[in-house]
Amino acid sequence: MGINLLFLIFTGALVGAASGYLGSFMVLKRMSLVGDALSHVALPGMAIAITFGINPMLGALLALTLAVIGIWYMGEKSEIYPEALVGVFFTASLAIGILITPEPELFEALFGNLEKIGFSDGLITIAAATLIFLVTAQISRQLLLGVVSEDLAKSAGIKISKVNLVYLLLVGLVVALGVKFVGTLLTGALVIVPAASAKNMAKSLIGFHFWASFIGVFSAVVGILIAKFLEIPSGPSVVLVSIAIFILSYIFKNRS
Amino acid sequence: MGKGDSLLSVSKLKVRFNHHIILDDISFEVKRDDTLAIIGPNGAGKTVLFRAILGLIPYEGSVEWASGIKIGYVPQKLSVAKDIPLTVKEFLKFKERDMTKITKVLEEVGFVEKNSQDEHGGAHLLKTKLGVLSGGELQRVLIAFAILGNPNVLLFDEPTSGVDLSGEETVYSLIAKLQKEKDLTIIFISHELEVVYKYAASVLCLNKRKICFGPPKEVVDKESLEALYGEEVHFYKHHDHSHGH
Repeated sequence: MGINLLFLIFTGALVGAASGYLGSFMVLKRMSLVGDALSHVALPGMAIAITFGINPMLGALLALTLAVIGIWYMGEKSEIYPEALVGVFFTASLAIGILITPEPELFEALFGNLEKIGFSDGLITIAAATLIFLVTAQISRQLLLGVVSEDLAKSAGIKISKVNLVYLLLVGLVVALGVKFVGTLLTGALVIVPAASAKNMAKSLIGFHFWASFIGVFSAVVGILIAKFLEIPSGPSVVLVSIAIFILSYIFKNRS
Repeated sequence: MGKGDSLLSVSKLKVRFNHHIILDDISFEVKRDDTLAIIGPNGAGKTVLFRAILGLIPYEGSVEWASGIKIGYVPQKLSVAKDIPLTVKEFLKFKERDMTKITKVLEEVGFVEKNSQDEHGGAHLLKTKLGVLSGGELQRVLIAFAILGNPNVLLFDEPTSGVDLSGEETVYSLIAKLQKEKDLTIIFISHELEVVYKYAASVLCLNKRKICFGPPKEVVDKESLEALYGEEVHFYKHHDHSHGH
């Protein structure tokens, strides 16, 4: 039991770190709500995977990858980002997902279930989180220069659209991980809240990335422990811990 | 690097966005060590011309840079929000990892001397967030960023915009100083005629098409100015900035 809890905390911390880190780029790119919108798409993917007896995380990942490619394509090809259309598409997939997800699994898919995380899920999480950190660190310079000035980045020979696609695929991956932990409805929070708090505290980019990852880890660890002791669901517990940190960071920022 | 070599040759350049022709039939040449000013009213396509010769947007016609040329680009502004925690040091490190080179370039754009009354000088600047720099400081940082790549040619998009009048003078004298020290060719966008007379060896007047091209004293006359600015012409002649102070 003790080892099991440690394992849960460890994988939870990894998801927290990876989503916090990616989230810090999301905030810089002014795409904070994309993680939230994307998470809706995971549900029909999971439903279809459950129907065919495949690992739901895999189904979520597949649906997210398709959605990411769609978002990327529209961002590249159209002059104005079709925000309303994207909103319609994502809520539609949530509604369809709720309809086609088998009843017993629906609650779990919407709200996550940490207890159901098996050893193989843990291994997938470790591999995915490592991949996210390595690849993001690799593209971070290009990605950030693109945020600062697209013209500067392009004139320095950076293939912005390729970098953006890689980045969005990573976001899809981190959302797929988060869905298993805190569920479809709260995954967006894992990406946004730690990064938003870190932005209140950081004085440099390095600090920003560090704090976002750290707050992600801290919220996951403390949230899981609180959930365990109070016997409440872990998803909302993790998210509420991160929101408490956000409020503290906001007060701290305004005082200093 | 023989004198008189052509560094950039643009021929029959045409740019369109959604069937609107933004630039049409633009041809000109830039020689090594030249200082070319591109002037024209708002909406004349000056920035579009820059983006086309930098290869950032699709165009028709030809843009040929001499081989082995390295281009430094100084954009008009950055798209960072004020509260983004990106320091000057981190920004410059996107381009150059070696801190000694960064320090040297910051001195070249005048940071250490100018900030001597500030006890921390350059070190303090490096820790400052990009979003809180003044217009003049940001412009110097952007110039430093461009120079870090050891370019042969610098492209400036409206060097004075966002800088107050006392700062204005120093940005242009800085450009002139850098040109002498670094053997640079300069292409800059401006809408201020007196700056063009003072610093440019040649001028390209632009209003969707090429209105005039050559040494400023020869090609900028009443006719070309009227073709360029229409009724606004007298404003520019009397150094009465059309955008407010």
